[in-house]
Amino acid sequence: MGVPTFFLLLFFVYPLLRILWTSLTPGAHLDLAPFAEVFRRPTLRAAAWFTLWQAVISTALTLLAGLPGAYVFARFDFPGRSVLRAVITVPFVLPAVVVGSAFLVLLGPAGPLGVDLRRTVWAILIAHVFYNYAVVLRTVGGLWAHLDPRLEDAARVLGAGRWRIFREVTLPLLRPALAAAASIVFLFTFTSFGVILILGGLRYATLEVEIYRQTTSFLNLPLAGALSVLQLVGVSAILFVYSRYQERRAVEQTLRPARETARRPRTPGEYLLVFGTLGFTGLLLGTPLFVLVERSFRTSAGYGLTFYRALADTQGSALFVPPVVAVRNSLVFALAAMALALVIGLMAATVVAYMRGAVSRWFDVLLMLPLGTSAVTIGLGFILAFDRPIDLRTSPVLIPLAHALVAVPFVVRTAAPVMRSVKGSLREAAAVLGAAPARVWREVDLPLVTRSALVGAGFAFAISLGEFGATAFIARPDTPTLPVAIYRLLGQPGSLNLGRAMAMNTILMVTTALAILLIERFRVVEESEF
Amino acid sequence: MSEGRRVRPGIVLLLLSGVLLGLLFLAGCGGGEESTTTSAPAEPKPQELVLMTHDSFAVSEGVLEDFTAETGINVRVLQAGDAGTMLNQAILTKDNPLADVLYGVDNTFLSRALAENLFMPHTSPLMDTVPVELQLDPEYRVTPIDYGDVCLNYDKEAFGASGPPVPESLRDLTTPAYKNMLVVEDPSTSSPGLAFLLATIAEFGEAGDYTWQDFWRDLNANGVLVVSGWEEAYYSDFSGGSGAGDRPLVVSYASSPPAEVIFSETPLTEAPTGVITQGAFRQIEFAGILAGTEYPTWAGRLLDFLLSTRFQEDMPLNMFVFPANSQAKLPEAFVKYTTVPESPLTLDPQAIDANRERWIEEWARIVLG
Repeated sequence: MGVPTFFLLLFFVYPLLRILWTSLTPGAHLDLAPFAEVFRRPTLRAAAWFTLWQAVISTALTLLAGLPGAYVFARFDFPGRSVLRAVITVPFVLPAVVVGSAFLVLLGPAGPLGVDLRRTVWAILIAHVFYNYAVVLRTVGGLWAHLDPRLEDAARVLGAGRWRIFREVTLPLLRPALAAAASIVFLFTFTSFGVILILGGLRYATLEVEIYRQTTSFLNLPLAGALSVLQLVGVSAILFVYSRYQERRAVEQTLRPARETARRPRTPGEYLLVFGTLGFTGLLLGTPLFVLVERSFRTSAGYGLTFYRALADTQGSALFVPPVVAVRNSLVFALAAMALALVIGLMAATVVAYMRGAVSRWFDVLLMLPLGTSAVTIGLGFILAFDRPIDLRTSPVLIPLAHALVAVPFVVRTAAPVMRSVKGSLREAAAVLGAAPARVWREVDLPLVTRSALVGAGFAFAISLGEFGATAFIARPDTPTLPVAIYRLLGQPGSLNLGRAMAMNTILMVTTALAILLIERFRVVEESEF
Repeated sequence: MSEGRRVRPGIVLLLLSGVLLGLLFLAGCGGGEESTTTSAPAEPKPQELVLMTHDSFAVSEGVLEDFTAETGINVRVLQAGDAGTMLNQAILTKDNPLADVLYGVDNTFLSRALAENLFMPHTSPLMDTVPVELQLDPEYRVTPIDYGDVCLNYDKEAFGASGPPVPESLRDLTTPAYKNMLVVEDPSTSSPGLAFLLATIAEFGEAGDYTWQDFWRDLNANGVLVVSGWEEAYYSDFSGGSGAGDRPLVVSYASSPPAEVIFSETPLTEAPTGVITQGAFRQIEFAGILAGTEYPTWAGRLLDFLLSTRFQEDMPLNMFVFPANSQAKLPEAFVKYTTVPESPLTLDPQAIDANRERWIEEWARIVLG
């Protein structure tokens, strides 16, 4: 518990307190007027309310959309399964400005739906499902793949119908993973920013958008600080409730290796389910991705590689570096962030899974908070916090640190439910047989947790690969990451800039899918019978 | 397994970490004073100077190296987010600045930056090359480096022979001929969006029989589309040039048509878009020596370098802005494919700072109808 706590206190709580304190004490003493201001202004009250309800609905919709996929990917074996699972993670890393442009086309009057959903709440909700689908599929699917199918078989033999089995056997067993996915999707959509701005237009604003506005457009740090506090209080309250619920609901069970539970579809009904689910996923995720890839190849003279070739031409300026360099920068940061997130996340997950009581609950809330905190606020906190004794404020080291902060919750949320489900009796048996605690962990917990930790690692990698805000905060012109390069290209008019940005975006998509595939191939220990 | 045994070390560590955190906090908040020593008369020469700027900054390879060759000092460029984020960072760190020179504060933020006492005065020997209308600070705490005009761009294909005439004034935009043709950016999230709002305030004023509010009410009734950022407005909603939308009028820059030509996929002999010089708002970007620097003299040299023709002539094709130094030669594309507004609108930076929030709030009420 020491290491993760120390990490969070130093790189999250401390910078956050510094910036909030500075923001809320403009005249050397605490000024609470900005809080009154928040409640006085109708636009800010509306933003708070909208933040909450759109997050709740987005979370519910994402769960609903993602569950069939989680089931199909966990329980059925079909050709291309691992490639598809990697591709599904791709939306997660794409810059909002790029995804937004695809959705503006697809949801416009000329789009396949035939209705104009641009700048409506529907566009926001659909985009949130698009972004977070992978969270449900992978978090819930991760546990589902390990559920013992014999429990369901037993229920079937006893005469239970399909729906009843799902409701009374499967769902309770999946609950830890469902709750984990829900909490992550909730936090992500609660602090949604780019999607809201681009697809929601003027009418919709989250607290995150308001914090950004107050900070960068009005330089009103006191009000931004008050809004950040409000956002934090809301997030903490919800997380605390979640954490209590989690603890009471955990069910110990016998987990099975994933390869044992997955099989080829057999009956026509199963084929229908698999194809139906894949078709839906293809429509939801595939269409926008396809639009983006297609655009990177579409030139005025038909399809071609013009824009990819143009990436090599850097126009002799630091505006732009060759794509390999951007890919390399992104990979270096992502690897560092992933390693950091894995080490800290797994330690933290152990604490969360095995400890009970108030300390553990607060610890759990603290772990998740970075996901629910305004990026601008924490970024400015970094600038205030790390000038003494060593000036780290402009150091590139802060980039993977900031990314890891956001990635740790993923590792915890994917690993902890599996850890919690491991039967205590297995561990006790090993201890009785004379295994030292370290060996118990290595030989009992580790093999079980590896698979889900890899899912967490994949997310950690993806988060870092796609992150823009923190990276842009302390960027150097000569070391842009892929998203930074995309934003830079989109900053100037011209078909060549747009085309190169799209080509760069396709490179980002391919890099992500390949990285996730590689991570999933990786095995610490061979999964054994357990 | 005993749970109690596991919890206790956790609590101890938590408490210890809490104490550590408290100490860090006190150290961080309290320590600011002792570091403000006055610089010694013989100022040492630094190995490196840091230039803090925003994320649109770009420079050709070899330009900053010329400064190094001249002085033996390396220049490290620190891009600190968008202009607002950069200024926040500069204000929060003014006791122990992140850089020696800051470049990129514009006339909409100037008043606030000066009120925070971020800069120390410096009169560049090149100041007499800078037109007087760009010199907004009589005390020379900031030096104008570049300017750009935010103005309406139009899709050449949609006007003239195939459509209505190109609008000639802001007022024209409210007439039925241009219904549903204009897309603008939200002034609360976009810098050109704010500039356009300020242009309308400068043009129509706050009092009289037709105020800026009246203009926006009419614009709204005439189907203006507001989007959050320039990228969407230009690429998703504008129909001209590289835009893929259906609106032939957009708020962009006077330098956008040259960019369309330079960054065209196929060689062009003419810009696909044009600018409307009426109702343009001039954004001026400044640089200044950050007051806490240890090397004010050398920082001054860097500031002079930013105003030198070497840097100034490189700027247009990298950042698509116009050089403040009137001796700097413009690239051919900037002469050929655009028109620089002769009498752009401006507002006093102090008025902008004092009223920005109120104006934006009133504006939002009008366009949300």
